[in-house]
Amino acid sequence: MGPEVDVAVVGGGPAGLAAAVAAKEAGAASVVILEREECLGGILPQCIHTGFGLARFGEDLTGPEYAERYAGLAAEAGVEVLLGTTVLGLAPGPVLRAVNPSVGLFKVHARGVVLAMGCRERTRVQAGIGGTRPAGVFTAGVAQRYLNIEGCLPGQSAVIVGSGDVGLLLARRLTLCGARVAGVYEQLPYASGLMRNVVQCLHDFGIPLHLSHTVLEVHGRGRVEAVTVAQVTEGRPVPGSETVVPCDSLVVSVGLIPENELTRSAGALMDTATGGPVVDSRYRTTLPGVYACGNVVHVHDLVDHVSAAAAVAGADAARPAAGPAVPIVAGDNVRYVVPQRLVTGTPVRVYCRVVRPQRDVELAVCCGSRVIGRRREAAVRPPELLCLDLPAQSPDELTGPVVVNCHPREVA
Amino acid sequence: MGCTELTCILCPQGCQLTVAGRDGEWTIAGNACARGEGYALSEATDPRRVVTATIAVTGAVIPRLPVRTAGAVPKGCVLPLVRELHRLTRSAPVRLGEIILPDALGTGVAVVASRSLPAG
Repeated sequence: MGPEVDVAVVGGGPAGLAAAVAAKEAGAASVVILEREECLGGILPQCIHTGFGLARFGEDLTGPEYAERYAGLAAEAGVEVLLGTTVLGLAPGPVLRAVNPSVGLFKVHARGVVLAMGCRERTRVQAGIGGTRPAGVFTAGVAQRYLNIEGCLPGQSAVIVGSGDVGLLLARRLTLCGARVAGVYEQLPYASGLMRNVVQCLHDFGIPLHLSHTVLEVHGRGRVEAVTVAQVTEGRPVPGSETVVPCDSLVVSVGLIPENELTRSAGALMDTATGGPVVDSRYRTTLPGVYACGNVVHVHDLVDHVSAAAAVAGADAARPAAGPAVPIVAGDNVRYVVPQRLVTGTPVRVYCRVVRPQRDVELAVCCGSRVIGRRREAAVRPPELLCLDLPAQSPDELTGPVVVNCHPREVA
Repeated sequence: MGCTELTCILCPQGCQLTVAGRDGEWTIAGNACARGEGYALSEATDPRRVVTATIAVTGAVIPRLPVRTAGAVPKGCVLPLVRELHRLTRSAPVRLGEIILPDALGTGVAVVASRSLPAG
């Protein structure tokens, strides 16, 4: 028999911290975070740029500042933290099986378990980049860690493939640290990162962004010597458009994957569109007593959204709210909707991502012919997560499935 | 008479803005809203950025301390300031918000530690 706690949180990044703090605030007597690393904050300590916390704290914080602020809130709230602790399994109960150097193997029985393991980076192989396998190929997060935590310059001249935010930020960091960034290559016809990062990380430093281009092949034996890039149309390289770009490193920034080995092995129902578990608007998975939040559920672009959603999960894990749930699904030009099930009786924030860029649209949440929420947007892009607040719905109002549509705005 | 092309960053629309003129006589085009005009004007007259970097730290579990400017500094200061910061070393312990440089390159803006690092 291991320790019994009210709420056990797997992962001490922004989602886990917010969930733990919210669980304490909602009245949980004992809350424990199990964190694999030796410090709290997840990826935040290496995200030394600003852009964190505008919604949550009304201040433009760096990643380490945001993490430290939240770790402080957790300490004040009396959250227990187990560092260097890896969770190995999740069984019905729910019970976590974990291991760390001081205790060895142990079990944690909890009334509520919150899964907050975050996400990991897609790699060169997953991006289908061929060629040799020399040193000098990094995912953007690894290169960022080398630079910002270890203080090592990963290369002198880099090519960046993919225009996700981490890749864009890294283009600026590498330049400021004295490396040359030959260019950022993005296979889509638009940047995958936030507009402010395109401007402040690339335009400010004259780093070229090659849209509709990708890296096909890596060259070099011991170390990267060059990469072959090519133009792309409809997802395929254009024959004859190949060029060889000399560089000593390739930084791969081609997206993130929710880290859900634990979730999957425990048997939670998964959503193929998000790569995360199906959750209701209290962030309950289909497993009794098991919640999921943050990048485990879907990849966010702003940490503030992670904290907000995780707080809902943490609060419900401490004090479960009952209520029937109805499915909420993606409609026109919507790739996915989170949560996937709407619990009646409480206000809900719905997050969604569009399939393709569109201008002058109305995002509308409908149940049959009834509109429960709508929002106008001058422009929507797939990289920018959209959110919409819905008022509490009564069960007899929601007679069927709820659909989120992104339609061109009707001209009055 | 200068003419500057900018991408507005205030919303996902990303308007392509054109700023022409000088010294208080500005013509701004391409903005879909009034906020874009303000952005274009500040970018054309006094563009500023918050600078983040790391400096060397001794006696901590990691070798780099993240630092930031407390406010935005003129864009032209970004690279020289980062170069200056790369020459600095601190020793642990360091507290979040501790002043690293009181006046970055004469801008009147301080550079502060953006993380606490205990000794060890």
